[in-house]
Amino acid sequence: MLDWINVLSAWAVPVMIAFIPLYAYLKRIPVYESFVDGAKDGFSTAIGIIPHLVGMMVAISVFRASGALDFFVGWMTPLLESLRVPPEVLPLGILRPLTGTGSLAFTTDLIKTYGPDSMIGRIASTVQGSTDTTLYVLTVYFGAVGIKNGRYALKVGLFSDIVGFIAAICVCLLMFS
Amino acid sequence: MVNKIWLALILIGFIFAVLKGDINTVTKAAFDGAATGVTVSFGLISVLVFWLGIMRLAEDSGLVKVISRVLGPVVSFLFPDVPKNHPAMGYILSNMSANLLGLGNAATPMGIRAMQELQELNPDKETASPAMCTLLALNTASITLIPTTLIAIRLNFHSANATEIVGSTLLATAVATAAAIVADRWYRRRSIRRTLPPSSPPTLSLKR
Repeated sequence: MLDWINVLSAWAVPVMIAFIPLYAYLKRIPVYESFVDGAKDGFSTAIGIIPHLVGMMVAISVFRASGALDFFVGWMTPLLESLRVPPEVLPLGILRPLTGTGSLAFTTDLIKTYGPDSMIGRIASTVQGSTDTTLYVLTVYFGAVGIKNGRYALKVGLFSDIVGFIAAICVCLLMFS
Repeated sequence: MVNKIWLALILIGFIFAVLKGDINTVTKAAFDGAATGVTVSFGLISVLVFWLGIMRLAEDSGLVKVISRVLGPVVSFLFPDVPKNHPAMGYILSNMSANLLGLGNAATPMGIRAMQELQELNPDKETASPAMCTLLALNTASITLIPTTLIAIRLNFHSANATEIVGSTLLATAVATAAAIVADRWYRRRSIRRTLPPSSPPTLSLKR
């Protein structure tokens, strides 16, 4: 099953790159011109995201660099210890929705320090793999079409992050101990 | 809510820097963050330009319509406001399948195309439509079959069984996605109830 999915992942993009233009050609579309025409929008879309992404990244960067993040983590550590959850993974729960690169760096560090087959390593891998960076996804998707009021999307995203984080810990404690 | 979180992150950071007596961190962190934002956006240019080009071919050739016709019914219950056979459905499905396969750099452009199509259906161009919120709920939870990056990192650090986290990740992501869908539904219902006056049922307005 796993090998099969891996093969599918590896083949998906190359097949799309070859098949879609071929299909379009058979449908008598001027393939190159049509590609260029569509591709034009890519630049302006990416540029349009800049202000949104800069705004978010500045806030997150200030929050992290000032030591505020570490403080909140330290504050919640005793609570986690009482629940027999390794407190080392908590920063990941807070980092994950905020920054993709930051949480990936933190996960890598945990795996390096405690080993990939330790409980901490397994929980970190599961947390990192099971959700996406909510703030980034929201910023990019809404930024790309100029939505200013995201309504309840942020609440839903953060809620599912919390649920996913707790689920990742519970699943690992049940599966691997 | 995003306004409050944004302001809170900055102000809390500022206060911590003041308490630590290290006010210079704020300036440095702010500009580092701004640089990261621009770098990430620039990184998106190549990906977006390429995939939007390929997707124009898929659209012009009618492939997107075929996808939404064949697979649309599978997810249409999540997007009741999107008309059947609308191209948005095709992009939503492409975005979801790319996420499933862990193709992050293909998933984002497809998601953005889906957002652009949903924006066409959206009566208020500055406020997110319910369908957009559902699409984002699915994407923030991101159902992935194989967390390829994590397996690579674990292999790097000589894991005895690098893929043992596939099962646990799948379970956790399924729970997170279910939570996202339920929460999205709940908020959607609540927002509909709010916009309608509670005393007049919707059928009344139709008769008029």
